[in-house]
Amino acid sequence: MDLTYPPQYEAFRRRVRAWLRKNLPSRPRGLAKLAFDDPRRIERAKQWQRKLYEAGYVAMSWPKEYGGQGADVLTQAIVDEELVRAQAPPLIGQMGIQMVGPTLIQFGTEEQKRRFLPRILTAEEIWCQGYSEPNAGSDLASLQTRAELVGDEFIVNGQKIWTSNAQFADWMFCLVRTDPHAPKHHGISYLLIDMKSPGISVRPLIQMTGERGFNEVWFENVRVPRSHLVGELHQGWQVANATLLHERNMLGAATTTQQLFAALVRLAKLCTRQGRSAVEDPVVRQRLAALAMRVEAMRYHAYRQLTDTILGRPRGIAASVNKLVSTELNHDITVCALNLLGSYATQTSESKFAVDGGRWIREFMFTLGMIIGGGTSEIQKNIIGERGLGLPREPRALPE
Amino acid sequence: MNFGLSADQELLQRTARDFLAAEWPPAAAHAVFDADHDGYPRKLYEQMAQLGWLGLLAPVEFGGAGGTCLDAAVLAEELGRAAVPGPYLANTLSILALRQIGVASVRRQWLPLLAKGQAVVTLAWFEEDTAAWPFPLKARGSVGRFGLRLNGTKRFVLDAHVADAFLVVCRLPAGRAQSTAIVLVPREQAGVAVRPMNDVDRTRRPCEVVLNDVTVPRRSLLATGGQAEKLLARVQNAAAVLLAADCLGGAERLLEMAVEYAKVRRQFGRPIGSFQAVKHRCADMVAQIEPARSLVWYAAHAMDALPRQAAYAASLAKGHLSEVFSNVAENALRVFGGIGFTWERDLHIWFKRAQWNRYAFGSPEWHRERVAQECRW
Ligand SMILES: Cc1cc2nc3c(=O)[nH]c(=O)nc-3n(C[C@H](O)[C@H](O)[C@H](O)COP(=O)(O)OP(=O)(O)OC[C@H]3O[C@@H](n4cnc5c(N)ncnc54)[C@H](O)[C@@H]3O)c2cc1C
Repeated sequence: MDLTYPPQYEAFRRRVRAWLRKNLPSRPRGLAKLAFDDPRRIERAKQWQRKLYEAGYVAMSWPKEYGGQGADVLTQAIVDEELVRAQAPPLIGQMGIQMVGPTLIQFGTEEQKRRFLPRILTAEEIWCQGYSEPNAGSDLASLQTRAELVGDEFIVNGQKIWTSNAQFADWMFCLVRTDPHAPKHHGISYLLIDMKSPGISVRPLIQMTGERGFNEVWFENVRVPRSHLVGELHQGWQVANATLLHERNMLGAATTTQQLFAALVRLAKLCTRQGRSAVEDPVVRQRLAALAMRVEAMRYHAYRQLTDTILGRPRGIAASVNKLVSTELNHDITVCALNLLGSYATQTSESKFAVDGGRWIREFMFTLGMIIGGGTSEIQKNIIGERGLGLPREPRALPE
Repeated sequence: MNFGLSADQELLQRTARDFLAAEWPPAAAHAVFDADHDGYPRKLYEQMAQLGWLGLLAPVEFGGAGGTCLDAAVLAEELGRAAVPGPYLANTLSILALRQIGVASVRRQWLPLLAKGQAVVTLAWFEEDTAAWPFPLKARGSVGRFGLRLNGTKRFVLDAHVADAFLVVCRLPAGRAQSTAIVLVPREQAGVAVRPMNDVDRTRRPCEVVLNDVTVPRRSLLATGGQAEKLLARVQNAAAVLLAADCLGGAERLLEMAVEYAKVRRQFGRPIGSFQAVKHRCADMVAQIEPARSLVWYAAHAMDALPRQAAYAASLAKGHLSEVFSNVAENALRVFGGIGFTWERDLHIWFKRAQWNRYAFGSPEWHRERVAQECRW
């Protein structure tokens, strides 16, 4: 056991920290009032990612020829830690960087890697995930969006739903059914679709938080070149699952949890109870410490997983455990915050009386959304039980 | 021994449920979430007045029904089940306060208007740090030659933006000491400023009310000292009981929505309600709601008949029911999955009402502490 980083890494850490201190974007007041998908806000978010990229701090472990630096995972981990420490805003191209990017590195053709990966890093192209459909949520493999191969083009017809960021995304990684006669896991393919293609229409859906966070997307005879197929024809389920693992690790990131928890502790210092700082209240201390234990467990658990990755050990059901534990923990952190705020807990961002700009009631709802998105807690438990523990599967189809 | 509703109360429950199902469908509640709605559906309130519900707690001689707190709780449960917005709670609490005060002319003026739904009167009571009674008042009045002069800032004032008058709670000098006072202040009085306190639950409209050298005649002083404090304690308890009943109705509604959905939504070739994870979630909601209903009835009955237990029972009910409602709201959302997370679906209306109900008139923590105190632990 050795928890120290070699000296050259510590030097690197100091450089990152100094850079962040100088370059972290200020958060102008007006920006918080802009809608989630307001072009000005998106533009600023892209600028931030670009700046971070140009400084050399985005997806450093990606191969050099695709815009990365071929750095080791430890270097990347240091950057992630420092971003949390500096409370840096999340990256707008996250789904590209953390989901489709790694999938393309694993399964993409050389042409796809060269075409797509660099622009993911620079935020020139934003990606969205076209998985869920009205009748295919937890049971993703029953998806029905159809793609027919005609010559060297796919013709896509169908509908996706809950597609986050589709209203401003440039590309979608999308699951389609290419063989309707095969068993459901076998007739699926993984396509990269240009969101500007004729025949695509997008309708934003308002989330319970009031934000246009996700969308319905329709495809009407949308033409997709065959060269945008990832992996083999009809073998997309395997590729899809690789992306899902990345998604679960992203949603289950210990760094997100640490950032949220740090904000909770700041809140506890800011709030008062019976004339004292809330953080001095024994009840609050108990709650914060109980959360700290869970947060710290996940932090060290992430180090352990980092080691497993470095040593090339199989990850098993780690992604599902991360997703399940972290999203539930994130939600519990927000509940603690609401209880600190008491009667101010439900004040929205529009209210002059909101604490932290109404952040907590929004996070309270948002973290529930993250418990559902990326596979619900029940689905993660099924994966842990069935694939992890080898328990018998639940009975599936009922006779009609 | 008869722990249950009377025939009249059961009739009220049925009537209210049927009426609100027809007159206040979810589409109406959705409309209140639109930005420019003032949250006061006047037509609905006119009908509720005609049915005698707005004056349920007003004495018969003032056009009310002279009902009990249990009657009001039965109605509040149905209002919660339908997520009815508007000044029902504000007015009902004002009726409770007004009917106990000593100034007959004020009673004669306001109680009939409130019973008929022709006025909104709201308590300007809580302040920056507290939204439950008792607390040390900062707002203060002084008695001068021209009457009473009031200064202070009131928060979480229900429906102040549509109010005709406020019952301002403040402290007054009484000799060398300070005394609690309740003062009637018309909305249009100079020096009164109202600002909205935007809440996620758009069916509730708390406001801030700032009183800046507001001057009213001496006869506006409605109650002082021990009388005012006792009255406020009773109003606090009534608010807790009515909100507990509201939570009960809301939780039941969410349970019904979740169960209905679990029966029709299919994944993996079968209704999701057939998965034990979903089925047990629904059963857990029932197991929370059913005993909780009895707690609401007990607390309402204590208000009517067991004054020494009223505070204790009110806190048990509000502290517990508000937790049950928010638990049920989360569980219902989980049953719905992605579709529950939308603005378009009905669920978020009750989900947000659960959050407001949780913290208004004392958070669960506040009520737990009071339970411990009432038990003399
Ligand atoms: C905020 C948010 C963002 C999202 N973003 C995206 C996106 O960008 N792209 C995308 O493709 N999708 C996205 N989704 C969709 C998300 O992946 C689905 O909502 C999720 O997989 C659940 O599917 P569903 O909504 O159809 O719920 P359902 O599958 O209908 O589930 C309903 C309930 O049944 C339970 N259930 C279902 N099957 C079982 C079972 N076998 N055993 C036990 N319980 C079961 C579930 O756990 C849940 O409680 C997003 C969702 C949210 C909330």
